[in-house]
Amino acid sequence: MATLQIREALRRAMREEMIRDPSVFLMGEEVAHYNGAYKVSQGMLEEFGELRVVDTPISEGGFAGLGVGAAMAGMRPIIEFMTWNFSFVAIDQVINSAAKIWQMSGGQYNIPMVFRGPNGLAENLGSQHSTAVDSIVAHFPGLKVVTYCDAHDAYGLLKSAIRDDNPVCFLESELTYGQKGEVPDQEFLIPLGQAKVRRPGKDLTILSWGKQVLMVEAAAAKLAEQGIEAEVVDLRSLRPLDQEAIYASVSRTRRCVVVHEGYLFAGVGAEIAARVQEVCFDHLDAPVLRVANRDINQPYATVLEKLVGPSIDRVLAAAHRVMGKASPAESTGTNALTP
Amino acid sequence: MKPESAPPDEPVESLDRLLRLPDPLPPCTRDELLGLYRQMALIRRVEELAAKAYTQRKILGFCHLYIGQESVAVGAAASTSDDYWITAYRDHGHAMAKGVSARAMMAELFGKRTGASQGQGGSMHIFDKSVRFMGGYGIVGAHVPMANGIAWAARAREEERVCVCFFGDGAANQGAFFEALCLAELYRLPVVFICENNGYAMGTPLHRQSAVTDMSLRARGVGMTREQLAGWDVQRVRQRVAAARQHALSGQGPVLLEIVTYRYRGHSMSDPAKYRPAGELEQVRERNDPLTLTRRDLQKDHGLDDAAIEAVLASVEEEADDSWAFAESSAEPDPATLYDFVYAPQTTSLAADTDLSAARPQES
Ligand SMILES: Cc1ncc(C[n+]2csc(CCOP(=O)(O)OP(=O)(O)O)c2C)c(N)n1
Ligand SMILES: [Mg+2]
Repeated sequence: MATLQIREALRRAMREEMIRDPSVFLMGEEVAHYNGAYKVSQGMLEEFGELRVVDTPISEGGFAGLGVGAAMAGMRPIIEFMTWNFSFVAIDQVINSAAKIWQMSGGQYNIPMVFRGPNGLAENLGSQHSTAVDSIVAHFPGLKVVTYCDAHDAYGLLKSAIRDDNPVCFLESELTYGQKGEVPDQEFLIPLGQAKVRRPGKDLTILSWGKQVLMVEAAAAKLAEQGIEAEVVDLRSLRPLDQEAIYASVSRTRRCVVVHEGYLFAGVGAEIAARVQEVCFDHLDAPVLRVANRDINQPYATVLEKLVGPSIDRVLAAAHRVMGKASPAESTGTNALTP
Repeated sequence: MKPESAPPDEPVESLDRLLRLPDPLPPCTRDELLGLYRQMALIRRVEELAAKAYTQRKILGFCHLYIGQESVAVGAAASTSDDYWITAYRDHGHAMAKGVSARAMMAELFGKRTGASQGQGGSMHIFDKSVRFMGGYGIVGAHVPMANGIAWAARAREEERVCVCFFGDGAANQGAFFEALCLAELYRLPVVFICENNGYAMGTPLHRQSAVTDMSLRARGVGMTREQLAGWDVQRVRQRVAAARQHALSGQGPVLLEIVTYRYRGHSMSDPAKYRPAGELEQVRERNDPLTLTRRDLQKDHGLDDAAIEAVLASVEEEADDSWAFAESSAEPDPATLYDFVYAPQTTSLAADTDLSAARPQES
């Protein structure tokens, strides 16, 4: 067992897969000589050389498309977006190419590639550098969407993503790259599409993914002090979605809160809430609530910024509501039902 | 093969259109040059204070400093002060050169409601409509196509104005940039594109981002007029931007200027800039520092003595310190304004109030 930072766990996954399979290569801005904007690929240029760890110009559409083409012709590219905010200038390649070619070609060309990079809220980066793309990439059939909250899962999931025979959008976070966790020395892979119960509980289910899981765990600890046992489930993969795990937990606890970055409107939480009410209707004791970003573009100033994303207080408020306990009215919310 | 009706191609050489206009402006007077010097010094001083405030966590997020490149924005402002400007995230110098006060600049960096963008934008997103500063943008290259629209509007409204669009050498590899050049030339838009080639995009030197390192050559493939110049001398930037502006306003189409410059600091406050060859920064600073060169011109050509220059620097120091104090003492944005910037208030009439009787009847 080793204690690794998340960036080290991701690097280990990429290194092992590159050693195992010569068709895997890493391409993106600053990944090689600069060792990665967030040092995820530190040392990889030295180990694998310039043909397998490749710096690019600021040409996301160009290198995302190159990745798709290379995947069609037998390689397994890992395309790094310095952050997912910059995938928007390349999103046509992700959605119109990577997601659709297997279907359009009648099953002749599959696209075994990974698009990866930090996603979602950071700190004081303002409107254009704080976007969560979860609901955008999860919207389209053909893409898999995977994320993690600790080093262990980061490693095991990225290995599976690289070996997956379809395009995988792998969502990371610059805020947690330095976070440490235990990772077994033995190689292991975590199948895509398996949720993980992070904390068992009987009173309500809180579903989340990505770095918000850590915040939700802290909220669950507070709820426990108040005598409320929340079950925390990390979905880990939005596509495929581990529906069975969701329904099993919610049917037992009879209450559900979904916590995520990005917006409520047409967000992934809306999809999950819809499915839960459809399947678990008879088991529910309360409406499914969602906690997500406030419905505004991200302001820079800290006083405003800290009001935007999901927070422990907002998760506690939602939990109290589904438990039928009154909680102080939301001062700045515009959504009557959802904190 | 082309259809017969197409006009004959011009000889390939003539498609490389160099900006041949001579310098259009009279040389700077003593006071003008002193003004440019003061503006460059103010930008540098405010940036130095911003760096200090960043280490004290008064400024957060990304912070990209303009130190070293001051002559580009200030020289350009000297000949396009009334025109539209749009730029990327390294925007503090441009904003100030265009007329954003040091106070509004610093307050935005501190995230205060008195900031140029009311604390909404932060370092990368300075805006000031009153001086036609159309913003700083965070997605590399993505603002370049907008310059065309700004120029389109200026021409449609018969304003004698160009849009000056600044971007980095790295941005000149972005798809949006190439598309924007094509459109600008096709529509003969009054845009002055300024590629500030500071040699690096983050940690990547120019020659590892582009097989062609004369970035003005990007103009050639679309038939755009171009020029490459060294940007160290603020007076030269002033003249060549004026020439580009004149060309663009004459209806002959846009101009791509590549202005060679250098950034002294890392890409952002979190970049130690270890990728530079030893001595490179020192050499540029010694030979080409825009402030030193202009100071020398002021002394040599206009007879200013050290005391006069030190007096200017003292007033700069004062103004910069004042901007810090102002930012520090300004109020933070009111949380009650959280939802104020989702939609602009509707001011255009939605009534069915149009007299259409004069309109040409639709043929059926
Ligand atoms: C589309 C996009 N890709 C990547 C980035 C990350 N990034 C920010 S600045 C930068 C380098 C830009 O270099 P250049 O255009 O030369 O401008 P300079 O920083 O030198 O002023 C990069 C890669 C981004 N902001 N947007
Ligand atoms: Mg540059």
